[in-house]
Amino acid sequence: MTHRAMLYLRRFLAAAVIALGLVAPASAQLRVRVDEGNFQPTPIAIPDFQVTGANADLARQIAEVVRADLASTGLFDLQNPASFIQRDLSINAEPRFADWKIIRTEGLVVGTFEELPDGKVAVSFRLWDVYGGELMRINGEPGRRLTTTPENWRRIAHKIADSIYTRLTGEDPYFDTRIVYIAETGPKTERVKRLAIMDSDGANQQYLTSGRSTVLTPRFSPSAQEITYMSYEGGKPRVYLFNIETGRQELLGNFPGMTFSPRFARDGQSVLLSQAQRGNTDIYIMNLRTRESDRLTDHPSIDTSPSMSPDGKSVVFNSDRGGTPQLYIMNTDRSKRTCPGGGSDVACRITFGKGRYSTPVWSPRGDLIAFTKQEGGRFYVGVIGIDGKGERLLTEAYLDEGPDWSPNGRVIVYFREARPGASPQLWSVDLSGRNERRMVTQTDASDPAWSPLLQ
Amino acid sequence: MHTFLKVTAAAALLTAGACASPPAPVEEPPPFLEKAEPVVEEIVEVVETPQVIEPSITPGSLEDFRVNVGERVYFDLDQYRLDTEDQDILKRQAAWLASYPDIRILVAGNADERGTREYNLALGERRANAVKEYLVSLGVSASRVDTVSYGKERPVVAGSDDQSWALNRNGWTQIVSGATS
Repeated sequence: MTHRAMLYLRRFLAAAVIALGLVAPASAQLRVRVDEGNFQPTPIAIPDFQVTGANADLARQIAEVVRADLASTGLFDLQNPASFIQRDLSINAEPRFADWKIIRTEGLVVGTFEELPDGKVAVSFRLWDVYGGELMRINGEPGRRLTTTPENWRRIAHKIADSIYTRLTGEDPYFDTRIVYIAETGPKTERVKRLAIMDSDGANQQYLTSGRSTVLTPRFSPSAQEITYMSYEGGKPRVYLFNIETGRQELLGNFPGMTFSPRFARDGQSVLLSQAQRGNTDIYIMNLRTRESDRLTDHPSIDTSPSMSPDGKSVVFNSDRGGTPQLYIMNTDRSKRTCPGGGSDVACRITFGKGRYSTPVWSPRGDLIAFTKQEGGRFYVGVIGIDGKGERLLTEAYLDEGPDWSPNGRVIVYFREARPGASPQLWSVDLSGRNERRMVTQTDASDPAWSPLLQ
Repeated sequence: MHTFLKVTAAAALLTAGACASPPAPVEEPPPFLEKAEPVVEEIVEVVETPQVIEPSITPGSLEDFRVNVGERVYFDLDQYRLDTEDQDILKRQAAWLASYPDIRILVAGNADERGTREYNLALGERRANAVKEYLVSLGVSASRVDTVSYGKERPVVAGSDDQSWALNRNGWTQIVSGATS
């Protein structure tokens, strides 16, 4: 369907819906589809904000970050400011919709930037549905105003982008988040690996550890204040906690064997991890308050890479109990499940395709599991339903490994070695599989993990 | 050398051409008139006691272990089974450790890059443990043997090909204390 036909259809449906009185008229407003059928990015315009006060540069930078966030989704076509006809926009006046229709803009953001007497900065903005000719209310309000210190300006930009994204797609926000990863430097045989953190768009990159000890596989707590990861501190590979505010590192538990592959439980009260002892790896869950741990799996095969379902009732993990690494789901209380392949068991296998499956990560929405697949000398990142159906491979390379979800479950971050011998880089892909993007980091990078939405 | 070849060839032709004729009188070939190279005499000192070519390896040292025993065993793809070649190396390690009872070792298990990080950490631990258990079965005290897994994080070689991967799938016995220096 052409863009114009789609618009007419939408307006026709809107009129029909209003005429029939089935739902409120607001539901016919501009809506951007995020599903796999949407090949056509929606044209939107975000002109630079009007400035009262001196800092026009900062105002411009904020608008730039908002545009970049939205463009990165692949769902929006950010209109070129040179094409704009109306130049006298005011946040307090309705835009001249005809001027924006000429350049085929469907959504228009109008904002102002102010420097406040206390030194803080504020951005106010409104979102307009050009073809509907009306204001799009955000959380029931006609507009939003965000205030912060000037140094913190990028978070204002991410929050504006989140508001627009959520209002237009109906999806939960994810720009105002951070990504923790492993920064890698040095030759392959003597690699230095450090814990590093950055904003979701790659800004504000910082190192959290010195690189003296190799660190791997970081994951955020649900509060985004703590990271659990594995470190070779003192020569022994063990799971640690890292507090982002205080910089304090703490050894987790007193396990006799190697501990690794840690992830927080959904409620943040416990950590799932693997312990390897005498050649056998099993999964444990440790209560962070009592520091007592409970064994989840007890099998002579390798059981690792656990990930809890959003309701906390189930855990997906990687096991080679069937001969090769595959994905299994079990109940957290170890009761028997009805398996997709038939029968009931404590752990049900969900992958039956060719190849080896590992690093399962349960989507925050609960319906999908992302994984790494290895087959025929290639690596893939894909998703599969919790019933083992509907496997879709989203990416392919010499090495694509270690997916993690954006907090809204729409985007997957992972790392890639594009060719044999190529160094690892961070990439993201959305669930359609079409919007694959490199995330630029200062060094080589691996093991990305996405934070929840910041508070 | 060239002059010599020409003279020889000419002599051969003369001999061949002379076959049907009565034998020619035997003549001495003309003397070489080329300038003789001066002969320089070098004085070669004769050493009474034979020199040691290899630097000596101290028994019980790290080098003794590396050179004369062997520090690594190599695993097949996805495997942690020890074949007879691996077992021979580990038998030498066990015998050597029996001679130096103060030595403690750390066995590192390593994997190639064609697997995911966490699975390879578990696989590396399996490999390190297989080496340790075999050494213990040969009489090495378990208390002398620590294990660690580096998964795919510490390749021996940097290549991305079958040969490099084979080298990187190993169990590496390292001496941590008690060696002769």
